[in-house]
Amino acid sequence: MDSIKYLDPTTQFVLFSIVKILIAFVVVMTFVAYAVLVERKVSAWIQDRVGPNRATPFFAQYLPFIGPALVRLGIFQPMADGLKFLLKEDFTPAYVRKVYFWLAPAITVIPALMTIAVIPFGSTLGNPANPMVIADLNVGILYTFGIVSLGVYGIVLAGYASNSKYPFLGGIRSTAQMISYEIAMGMSVVAVFMVVGDLNLGQVVAYQQANVFHWMVFKQPLAFVIFLVAAFAETNRLPFDLPESESELVGGYHTEYSSMKFALFFLGEYAAMIAASAMMVTLFFGGWAYPWGGGEATGLLNGIGHILCFILKMGVLLVVFIWVRWMLPRFRYDQLMALGWSRFIPLALANILITAIWLACISR
Amino acid sequence: MPAFTDLLFYAFAGLALLFGFLCVANPFSRSPVTSAMFLVLTIIALAGLFILLHAFFLAAVQILVYAGAVMVLFLFVIMLLDLKEEDRRKMRGFTIGAGALAVVAIAGILIRAVIAAQPLAQGILVEGETKPLGKLLFTQYLLPFEVMSLLLLVAMVGVILLSKKEIK
Repeated sequence: MDSIKYLDPTTQFVLFSIVKILIAFVVVMTFVAYAVLVERKVSAWIQDRVGPNRATPFFAQYLPFIGPALVRLGIFQPMADGLKFLLKEDFTPAYVRKVYFWLAPAITVIPALMTIAVIPFGSTLGNPANPMVIADLNVGILYTFGIVSLGVYGIVLAGYASNSKYPFLGGIRSTAQMISYEIAMGMSVVAVFMVVGDLNLGQVVAYQQANVFHWMVFKQPLAFVIFLVAAFAETNRLPFDLPESESELVGGYHTEYSSMKFALFFLGEYAAMIAASAMMVTLFFGGWAYPWGGGEATGLLNGIGHILCFILKMGVLLVVFIWVRWMLPRFRYDQLMALGWSRFIPLALANILITAIWLACISR
Repeated sequence: MPAFTDLLFYAFAGLALLFGFLCVANPFSRSPVTSAMFLVLTIIALAGLFILLHAFFLAAVQILVYAGAVMVLFLFVIMLLDLKEEDRRKMRGFTIGAGALAVVAIAGILIRAVIAAQPLAQGILVEGETKPLGKLLFTQYLLPFEVMSLLLLVAMVGVILLSKKEIK
């Protein structure tokens, strides 16, 4: 490790960044795989079924007790799923628009992964010069919204490229839905930043790290509710999964896709869920801070503790995403639009106004 | 590393020009969707230029508003109207004249801006951050800012009025 100290700061920065990007990527991908498993297990429990409990790799039988237990929990299921996605036939229908048909799955995944870059997933690992965030931008939240808003292209282009009715309807619905809820989402966050006074996500976490009562979820509960609902709409999850509603649109925008291209849409959805959860943890649940407070980590152990704390909070929110999906029925499309435009946007605007008045009062 | 920044500038500027050209005169495809997508790429390349100028806020807003919202609506409308491949349009004298006039006018403004621009004094840090921008907007440029918002409001009311079939 000592040899790193002799490199010049730029090289050090580049090296650390590459390591952070790689680790964040691997962690997110693992989370995606296991979020799918959790989804299947939770849905099974809610519907009084057992869920995946059969996938058994060859080495499982050599592990006494643990092996069968892991198999019953479905721990090996994601590997089987991944293999299946890779090995299935990748079928391209003859009537599709080829270029967009190939581009769309990639355009869905990339923005979801890029949003992770500005999220502070830990304090430091002992060295204050090397914070645990890939890109410490001054306009962190705007970057996130910008990238998230690009995510809609994947779905729109998938609908357009498929050149058939149901995917097209899915794409159109998705466009209108995502644009509508982006406004509510952006406005709900304005109130948070008015309280903090900075657009940098690191500063948002610093504001909340004192203890649990400083968390934004208690200071801006309305903003949190609006953000949460908008996040469901932005990630196309139930109760707002109209772009892919199976019962009316077959599979929506990914009807014509198979094999790895379909898997990319799947991956994009879960990566977007993870990004939304991470964003909510950062904005409303104190980021990496422990509930009982404590400042930035000075040692390696405490630093890792902060990262684990962040991941734990994120995991809880992910389970909420999954839980809601299997508990609520789907909205009708006009209800969805009415909820977004005539409930949440006025509410978010009122929240900004109230926060501004409150801030003006306490600053007197 | 000034050389590296210069290189990035030329890369982004070149890409912006290339994508812009492909947006209006794509030799391979006359599809309106393709044109719209190249316009998105042009906007993203411009955002890259803003970042090189340390104007992070402008870059983020450029992507958020233009690439993320305006162009998505463009695509939405193109898809809803189901536009077919554009026919190759015949150039008329009037079209060419109007186009040339617009180009000359915009070029004039640009050249004037370049001549009027002062080279940045050494030691002054370029600030394109949110706070100074907001302060300027709400003090020095308050009137133009409010006039712009009023203009947008008028446009919005007009659209609603036009799109309502009958007014109760």
